[in-house]
Amino acid sequence: MSDEPRDTPKAPALPPVTRRSFLFKLGLGLNALAAAMVAVPVVGYVVSAVFRTRVDQAWIPLGAIGDFPERQTRLATYRNPFRVPWDGTTADIPCWVRRVGGERFQVFAINCAHLGCPVRWFPQSGLFMCPCHGGVYYEDGRVASGPPPRGLYEYEYKVSQGALWVRGGRIPTLSQTV
Amino acid sequence: MAASKLSALGAWLEQRLGLRPLYEGSAGHLVPSNAASWWYVFGSATLVCLVLQITTGICLALVYVPSADQAWDSLQYLDFEQPLGWYLRGLHFWGSNFMVALMTLHMIQVFLFGAYKYPRELTWLCGCLLFLCTLGLAFTGQVLRFDQDAYWGLGIGVSIMGRIPLVGDALTSLLIGGPIIAAETLTRFFSLHVFVLPGLVITLVILHLRMVLHNGINEYPTRGRGVDPERYDDEYAELIERTGEPFFPNAIHKDLLFSAIVMASILFCAAVFGPKLPNGPPDPTLIDTVPRPDFYFLALFSVFALLPPYMETFLIVYVMPVAVLLLFAIPFISRSGAKHPGDRPVAVAGVALVMTVVVTLAVLGLSSDWSPHMDAWKQVAVPEKLVEGRSPLELRGALVLQAKQCRNCHALDGSGGKRGPDLGDVATRLTEDQLIRQVLQGGGNMPAYGKNLSPPEVAALVAFLRTLRPPDSALAQDPVGRLGG
Repeated sequence: MSDEPRDTPKAPALPPVTRRSFLFKLGLGLNALAAAMVAVPVVGYVVSAVFRTRVDQAWIPLGAIGDFPERQTRLATYRNPFRVPWDGTTADIPCWVRRVGGERFQVFAINCAHLGCPVRWFPQSGLFMCPCHGGVYYEDGRVASGPPPRGLYEYEYKVSQGALWVRGGRIPTLSQTV
Repeated sequence: MAASKLSALGAWLEQRLGLRPLYEGSAGHLVPSNAASWWYVFGSATLVCLVLQITTGICLALVYVPSADQAWDSLQYLDFEQPLGWYLRGLHFWGSNFMVALMTLHMIQVFLFGAYKYPRELTWLCGCLLFLCTLGLAFTGQVLRFDQDAYWGLGIGVSIMGRIPLVGDALTSLLIGGPIIAAETLTRFFSLHVFVLPGLVITLVILHLRMVLHNGINEYPTRGRGVDPERYDDEYAELIERTGEPFFPNAIHKDLLFSAIVMASILFCAAVFGPKLPNGPPDPTLIDTVPRPDFYFLALFSVFALLPPYMETFLIVYVMPVAVLLLFAIPFISRSGAKHPGDRPVAVAGVALVMTVVVTLAVLGLSSDWSPHMDAWKQVAVPEKLVEGRSPLELRGALVLQAKQCRNCHALDGSGGKRGPDLGDVATRLTEDQLIRQVLQGGGNMPAYGKNLSPPEVAALVAFLRTLRPPDSALAQDPVGRLGG
């Protein structure tokens, strides 16, 4: 039971706003704002690679189609079109070119569809073999044996002005094929 | 008196520096005397490795060039021209191996002694984060040795990321800094390896040690005694009161000895075995390469080869993260109760199981028998005794076997690839018809050779295969044919 009369509501006990507490809160707020203003460009800078603001695929010539004998599979290499001068040898990208016949080609990425290791072509047995986990593919890229969940990745290609062109610039994965 | 002058100087210094409270709250904190055990030396040895890694790492960064076009050359310079460069690289390499191994031992010991239980749950959590960061340092460090293994190791990392649904592509780009492994990939990993991860590790180590001091080091467990969170704090305080002694200098002797042995071992390994030299330059067009990870990732490498393909993505994307979360959650699942390993047979069996699996997988990874032996067909000859006295047709078959790269997957009396079965006794297992069918149509993980062998080649090959059996053993018989005949 309180002694105070019931009809006089008690004033809520707000802490007095002093100059000190006001400046403290203002200071906290301004620092939070500053932190956010720093964070936005920093995070944007780091994740910019994700948002692919730049074009990352281009048509690249692999050579005159005469360089690729009929019914044979040859290693071709191209310079990554989006290179920077300090890329060094990493800008040289290999791929397997199979000339099925005439102007029909299959251009396979070098990367095994299992975990990306470089597959090697064995013309004698007509197989691609992977040195990492034993993936094996037939000459048309179908899985012949081992763990790969799909056949070899194939580049889009075109024949233009007597040369073979592929669309490249990315490393192929299961979620982003070439 | 010199002694009294010295102690006066000491008192003068102490008055100004105030180090005593600092000492009493850290190196001089009281530990139960039974914690001065040989089992408790792994954590401090891991810390010593970290200090060595930071020191040698800074030295290597004085010379190493984190640029995709020059990193490999700068490693050659470090190994062969920079005075003592090879030795510091060796120390850093062996230091990392020892650090991963000792940290694993520390973790096992902490788990087996129930040290993660109340009130040390967060210490365990912090330790798990340190474990992950250290593995992160190991992987990023392996990439900085920018060679063929580094390049294709990144390829494996990218392919794993690419299996994650929806965000796989974004994570891949975030990991390698763009759509393809290139200059920005190396600088990203350099930044992670020398700034981000070491910063995290140092912060976590401070937190980890702070909690060790605050909650006290785990007492040596006793059989039949468990943790009751209601009573534990009082019991521990009582134990400290009864048997407590300052960690430094009273209880540190075994840590000192063990750390010195570890350091001597690292110095020895670096001097005798040297650093791991980079293999070929990181040129993806040099495809005659057999990428293998450093030992800490060999077990994982083997898992990817041996899992049934249909459960691979499920296991990598879902089960492994859950397993890591489970590791973090151990103290919250088992917060109280028995500590002594003798009272916890399931915990001991669990450690034994995990370690057996990891070690077995790593050992299998060393030889990687699931992978074709890429050069067996031109480097491993058919054993002489298998061609002695054979007919021209059978000899022709031996040539086909060699020229069609069968040996890349099939051994003959132990020599050659191990992916498929050894053919040394194939004639006792398969009949002529079965051999022909297997060669032409493949099956059971063997490619079909129908398109790549002419009928005469098949006839010769099968004739040779029919000779491959131990002396005095019978040729495989077709039971149906025998019944019919």
